[in-house]
Amino acid sequence: MLIRVEHLGHTYIPGTPLARSALRGVNLEIGPGERVGLVGRTGSGKSTLVQHIAGLLTPTEGQVLLDGVPAHERTAAGRAVRRRLGLAFQNPEEQIFEQTVLREVAFGPRNLGLSQSEIVARARWAMEMVGLDASMASRSPFMLSGGEMRRVALASILAMRPETLILDEPTAGLDPRGRRELIARVCAWQVETGATLILISHDLEGLARVVERVVVLDCGQVAADGLARQVLSDDARLSAAGLDVPQPVMLLRALRNSGWGVRTDLLLPEEAIEEIVHARRGAIPVRTDKETA
Amino acid sequence: MPLIELRGVEYAYPLDGGGQVAALRGIDLTIERGEFVSIVGPNGSGKSTLARHLNGLLLPTAGQVCVDGLLTSEPHNLWAVRQRVGMVFQNPDNQIVASTVEEDVAFGPENAALPPDEIRRRVDEALATVGLIGYRSSPPQMLSGGQRQLLAIAGLLATRPACLIFDEPASMLDSINRRLVVEAIQRLNAEGLTIVLITQTMEEAAAARRALVMHQGRIMLDGSPAQIFEQGDQLREWGLDLPTAVEIAHRLRSMGWRLPPDLLTIDQLARALC
Repeated sequence: MLIRVEHLGHTYIPGTPLARSALRGVNLEIGPGERVGLVGRTGSGKSTLVQHIAGLLTPTEGQVLLDGVPAHERTAAGRAVRRRLGLAFQNPEEQIFEQTVLREVAFGPRNLGLSQSEIVARARWAMEMVGLDASMASRSPFMLSGGEMRRVALASILAMRPETLILDEPTAGLDPRGRRELIARVCAWQVETGATLILISHDLEGLARVVERVVVLDCGQVAADGLARQVLSDDARLSAAGLDVPQPVMLLRALRNSGWGVRTDLLLPEEAIEEIVHARRGAIPVRTDKETA
Repeated sequence: MPLIELRGVEYAYPLDGGGQVAALRGIDLTIERGEFVSIVGPNGSGKSTLARHLNGLLLPTAGQVCVDGLLTSEPHNLWAVRQRVGMVFQNPDNQIVASTVEEDVAFGPENAALPPDEIRRRVDEALATVGLIGYRSSPPQMLSGGQRQLLAIAGLLATRPACLIFDEPASMLDSINRRLVVEAIQRLNAEGLTIVLITQTMEEAAAARRALVMHQGRIMLDGSPAQIFEQGDQLREWGLDLPTAVEIAHRLRSMGWRLPPDLLTIDQLARALC
């Protein structure tokens, strides 16, 4: 699916004293199979932008085209193109309503008019995709932990077999292993299906492991758009947009400021370690605890 | 007398089709006045269930919880218990009730039927403490996510609790708002407030002076963050990880680098390396 965001603007409650411009002049093109990270401080317009891409909001300016069809259009073509796209919201508990996990995950496919066996097969496949044990199928989704609920919500979207998947903070509230596993599963799913993946996250380090491209939003405008390595290591630009660089970058920058000859565009801890070891090879610090105290 | 004391606390959630799931098993825990305790653990390990026992939102199925000497299982104690222990949830929007910042903060003291000048004093003080005094007449929805979380904290401060419990207060916030909230928590603790911070972010857990690690309804580790992080392999087995700075320091040490112990932050690590 080709996503084109053209001069998109959105104002909440326009024409009142409380009018607030959430997006202004956003231009963006996301090609089929791309993995894109969308970052920005709280209130920068990320969630508004993806709701436009999913056709849930009507632009006050500009438009979003999905394979040439306006995303918000209330026509058969609009509905058909929206069905090829899945959006998972921040709070999974708000989109869960069925009595059992299996029924919840099967809800979407059931509305596609598929056969019962296909519905169940899709639901079970989606549960497996997000790492929900088959024994969970008959449990009430409301009795699950926050992390498990999140997986149920994601599974119910994957069961629709979307060509474009948008995840708004998919790992917030998950423990570190849960975060890693969920991201690994989404990546595996993306590779298997060649789908487009748009990921909103505050966890820049986690994001760095998944996406090739990062778009930074600031006050409703695109503040940066480029390769993850370049954008996420650009301290000046990120802090202007109200974000911190990932911690490995922070460490490398501190070392560089003290005269180390290290690169500062390495986003992952293992890359930073390699760079530090490389820079100090043959000159291992021999400082003792006492001296540094 | 400790502020909070749990003895042999068990809790089981009932299941729909009958039966139950044990969420807490044999918890013994003492929290003294003025402590800053962080609680980490994988999803479903019982952290939030434990937190909800600390001010009587949940009652143990066995064992007992005492807050300032008051048993939470006695219904007539609950008001006093909740006056002493306030709770800040993940999503601040769920606990903001009024249409301006100062009215929201006044909600608690108003319900305690305090005289108007006392309410005014407490509201000003609470807003000053969290740094929102300049926003007193703003509608809460005009604040950032981090500021709304600070507002929720101010609303509790105005009721003068002895202890605040934070259930993943920053998990929906960006890094800078997250820092805002964690710094406010540290400041409150420095001023004498007892803090219990539940978090999935090890960097936040490291801000506390004492950390508990929960797994399958039990407290498995209890010590300083530095002591806890020495158990890296064990933590990973439970699905947790280490703060990035601690992880990098561990790996450098394992390659023969000599680094001081207790490095918890990137700043500390950078200084040790330079």
